Amino acid sequence: MIPASFDYSAPSSLDEALKLLNEIGDEAKILAGGHSLIPMMKLRFAEPEHLIDLSNVPGLSHVNFEGGHLKIGAMTKEVDMEDSAEVAAKFPIFQDAAKLIADPQVRNFGTIGGNLAHGDAANDQPAVMIALNASIDIAGLEGTKTVSIDDFFYGFYSTAVEEGEILTEISIPIPTGKFGNAYTKIERKVGDYATAGVAVQLEIDASGTCTAAGIGLTNVNPTPLRAERSQEALVGTKLDEAAIEAAGQCAYEDCNPSSDLRGSEDYKRRVVKAITKKMIKKALERAHA
Amino acid sequence: MKKSITLKLNGEEHSAEVEPRTLLVHFIREQMDMTGTHIGCDTSSCGACTILIDGKSAKSCTILAVQANGKEITTVEGLATSEGVHPIQEGFKENHGLQCGFCTPGMMLRAVEMLEKNPNPTEEEIRWGISGNLCRCTGYNNIVKSIQYAGAKMRGEELPSTEPVFVE
Amino acid sequence: MIQCKTSKEIGGMGHSVKRKEDNRFVTGTGHYVDDVKLKGMLHMDIIRSPYAYAKIKSIDSSAAMAVDGVVAVITGKDLEQYNLHWMPTLMSDTQMVLPTDTVMHQGQEVAAVIAKDRQTARDARELIVVDYDVMKAVINPFKALDADAPLLRPDKEGQKDNQAWHWEVGDKDATEKVFNEADVVVKEQMHIPRIHVASIETCGCVADYNKIDNHLTMHMTTQAPHAIRTVIALVAGHVGLTEEKIRVISPDIGGGFGGKVPVFPGYVIAIAASFLIGKPVKWIEDRSDNLTNSFARDYHITAEMAGTKDGKILATRMKVLADHGYTDGAANPSKFPTGMFSIGTGSYDYPTAFMEADAIYTNKPPGGVAYRCSFRVTEAVHAIERITDRYALEIGKDPAALRFDNFIKKDQFPYHSPTGWEYDSGDYHAGLELAMKAVEYDKLRAEQVEKRKKGELMGIGLSTFTEIVGAGPSKDFDILGIKMFDSAEIRVHPTGKAIARFGTKSQGQGHETTYAQIIAEELGIPSSDITVEEGDTDSAPYGLGTYASRSTPTAGAAAAIAARKLRDKARKLAAYLLEVSEDDLEWEPGKFSVKGAPEKSKTIQELVFASYTNHPQGMEAGFEATHYYDPPNLTFPSGAYICVVDIDPDTFEIKVRRFVAIDDAGHIINPMVAQGQVHGGLTQGLAPAMYEEIIYDEDGNALNGTLMDYLVPTAVESPSWETGHTVTPSPHHPIGAKGIGESPTVGAPPAIANAIVDALKPYGITHMDIPITPAKIFEELKKRGLLDTDIRTA
Repeated sequence: MIPASFDYSAPSSLDEALKLLNEIGDEAKILAGGHSLIPMMKLRFAEPEHLIDLSNVPGLSHVNFEGGHLKIGAMTKEVDMEDSAEVAAKFPIFQDAAKLIADPQVRNFGTIGGNLAHGDAANDQPAVMIALNASIDIAGLEGTKTVSIDDFFYGFYSTAVEEGEILTEISIPIPTGKFGNAYTKIERKVGDYATAGVAVQLEIDASGTCTAAGIGLTNVNPTPLRAERSQEALVGTKLDEAAIEAAGQCAYEDCNPSSDLRGSEDYKRRVVKAITKKMIKKALERAHA
Repeated sequence: MKKSITLKLNGEEHSAEVEPRTLLVHFIREQMDMTGTHIGCDTSSCGACTILIDGKSAKSCTILAVQANGKEITTVEGLATSEGVHPIQEGFKENHGLQCGFCTPGMMLRAVEMLEKNPNPTEEEIRWGISGNLCRCTGYNNIVKSIQYAGAKMRGEELPSTEPVFVE
Repeated sequence: MIQCKTSKEIGGMGHSVKRKEDNRFVTGTGHYVDDVKLKGMLHMDIIRSPYAYAKIKSIDSSAAMAVDGVVAVITGKDLEQYNLHWMPTLMSDTQMVLPTDTVMHQGQEVAAVIAKDRQTARDARELIVVDYDVMKAVINPFKALDADAPLLRPDKEGQKDNQAWHWEVGDKDATEKVFNEADVVVKEQMHIPRIHVASIETCGCVADYNKIDNHLTMHMTTQAPHAIRTVIALVAGHVGLTEEKIRVISPDIGGGFGGKVPVFPGYVIAIAASFLIGKPVKWIEDRSDNLTNSFARDYHITAEMAGTKDGKILATRMKVLADHGYTDGAANPSKFPTGMFSIGTGSYDYPTAFMEADAIYTNKPPGGVAYRCSFRVTEAVHAIERITDRYALEIGKDPAALRFDNFIKKDQFPYHSPTGWEYDSGDYHAGLELAMKAVEYDKLRAEQVEKRKKGELMGIGLSTFTEIVGAGPSKDFDILGIKMFDSAEIRVHPTGKAIARFGTKSQGQGHETTYAQIIAEELGIPSSDITVEEGDTDSAPYGLGTYASRSTPTAGAAAAIAARKLRDKARKLAAYLLEVSEDDLEWEPGKFSVKGAPEKSKTIQELVFASYTNHPQGMEAGFEATHYYDPPNLTFPSGAYICVVDIDPDTFEIKVRRFVAIDDAGHIINPMVAQGQVHGGLTQGLAPAMYEEIIYDEDGNALNGTLMDYLVPTAVESPSWETGHTVTPSPHHPIGAKGIGESPTVGAPPAIANAIVDALKPYGITHMDIPITPAKIFEELKKRGLLDTDIRTA
């Protein structure tokens, strides 16, 4: 398997990358880790004429806690999130997710930005980012725009990163009170895309009442999905069995999976409900820990 | 349209002209004539092409040769030193961790990085650690054992028995 | 339990000698076919049909030919000029090398591009324009015989419908009578799905035709190099490639499992290309092509068992619909079209059985290549082990107890089965007892009772199978007329070191080590002093190759007998040198000594040296022997496997908690290597039981032709296998060995399926087709309306 011919540049600044991208136009593709793009090129499902490799662009690979936010550079590797003790302390959800993304070699090179910008509802980071209420910085020649994760995914392989733009940073607000988060997915075997996946973050006050909830679903909708009614079912409750059951049921009803080799629509709904409840409980446990 | 790249392959510096679309695995096998790194699938699923790039295990069928510019690459041919074979090589041989040998180079390089990061992994960690490498021959039992053996050797501990264990 | 007759230094049978071949494999110096690089070598890529059934209206290769570096585009019309567009399959059916007018399955080879490098070949492939007239394909084998189904093989003389053949064995009337009169009859419809061996190395070759010498050297991934050479000579003899002009070299092989037995069109096209162009041509198959162009299994089986109320099996009946794709491409060298399917009466003693099979042509790839099993044994074992469990369920008897009551007893061997086999030996009771003890069966059943009270899903599954391997006796087995013997040639050098060559070909089984151990056992020459060579038809003696667990039963036997011929010669030399009669000599591994005077002795090395330096007059000099072994019978390994599963009641994810496998393969040559074979075979049994199946849509499109969707288990899915053995030697095999490589692949799927069905027993499920997945369990429970009541709701 060999990709079709293309030209390659590895610019050494973001400006240079943006200029090049705008010069070449829609025949150019950004190369981050390449672990989604290159397989598609090998199968000749994608035949870009020019790849712009961001690996030499400084300032795109970092994991920082600053100003009440976790800032993740777009070129940060999945493995860096997996290995960071600092991240794990507040956001163990990233370790949950990383362990289930493809395999260790892919995580060594696959990037967080690439995982999002690919715009694939089967990827795992989108649901996590939904649960964590991330916002996304996107650079263009005119400057940088910030897009809420809820406005990021347009459709299949289509995102708010428009022609001539580059995703640069993901920003995740760190809740001020007690909070916990968790992710899991059901997969046919290790390394598979999710049959269904669920990301949950809960915030609770001193009395144990849920003050905020974020729930994102993987691969059960044409785009990554926020389970809004499930979130609502939790906020204001003490997160008792009834509330958790209600949240699970809402996720069951609101997801929109299609039948395929991973299972029927009904099966996927059942899975969504089961793991939504499970992840709520896990996030709650972590919030209390 | 060829690009110049310079990289270190198993400790030796090489400069070469490559087409941008040349996959790193093809560069290593065909331009560098090191055929120990294998190709088993088209979809980054099998791990037979695993090598180390700056010490990190990588699927060289999903990385372009141009992306390896300026990097240090280790393949199976670079594991042994003048002192002898690497503990992972010894581990696989002593514990019957291979049969046809096709997945073995990738499996060993993946294990090398795993043991660098986690010198004493549990069986569960080993199994997850090699989940990006398919083996069709061994059923993985003896690969786990081989990696445990190599870990003990690298930690300087007493080596576990290599005799097969049977239900009696 | 395993006793060694030789010292560790000699390293004969029973020693876990470390493998010799590993030095090259762990250092990256193995030599696989894609590592072959010849001067002037060209590369071939193949364009394949996107349709399952279509007329080819035209192939326009002008744009491809215009690409710089493209040397040739070859189509079926080109091959037709040399009458090379069709070839025989190993089952004496016929298969297209390249089509001249019709494509018969999605992914079928349509044309080949030969270019200076693989990139150019791949690019040019994109530029070939094929105009198809798409026709309605026959995909469902149950509809292939409908009146409105198109006749798929009009090329075959006398072919009136899409039935390839019919076969039957056993006593139909007697079986019917037993079924009519029996108290209990159980019946299940089963599908053993299409799967693929997916060895990590795909198939490939370098065809190197030398015009000056009119000689072809074929480097290729083949498990049977000699048979392939003969087949090439049969196919291409008429263009001058007669057998002495062909050398087949099978280098290191990255896994075979039966997938590298057939002659695939790609090989033949590469040969044709090299022949026409006069340069070496390399073809390496892509993974998708590998997964979707041949397959194993695909048997639809109706299995029935008749018995008494208290658990005595009286008869079985099996009816098979075999989906062979568009041609019978089975790698089956027996005279039986279903191979060894008639082993399906299993390990049980009852007198009456009947089996029949109908093979059907469909618009799918040619089948059925093996998947680590001896020609349809897996299908048969699955059917008998599942229906036995079904019977136990019906009468409410523990499946272990039922098996004990019906096993063929140790003293009944040799046992004549109702389908005509003579089982050589076995001790089925001992195997199951050991497995139950190891897994603590009674404890598990007690735990299961408790779990069921809480609505938890836990299952225990058994499989107590009889395998049939070592093809095979010449009366029943041949490949295109060539009998299924195998060979060994041992040549001992003056210094006592040896080289031994075989007609088989290891693909990871470790022959370089184990064959040396057999010779060491017989001659006392240390196994480390014996080099083993296979895979080059110019040097190795003729043999039929390695598959169907036949290497030890055939070539292993040949090694022992050839070594014994040499020991006889050594005895003569010892008598001569020690000046005693042959009868006065005693053998112990490595030396002859005079009875009662042990200080008077000669080592095997001294005797070998004498054969070159000081042999008696009249004796042929040198120390060399060859043997071609035609087995008097097959060997019948057996196993008792127990699997324990836990199923998540919310998501139905299945976890294999424990798996204990007790195998009986007779005498073991190398326990470490034998255990490795069992481990690997078990994972290849787990695979079709829970993960693997090639799925087609109604138009014949393969839906999962990559390793992203064809789910080969990783180390995480594979449990930590627990293995052991009982030893019941084969009475007719020179070293009492039986073959072990495939038993676990044969025996594991029903143990796993039985465990899962057992876990679901409270919900009225009596059977599920493999691969059993969480999604399928959901559908079974949904069908029964159980999801919101009996099963814990999510």
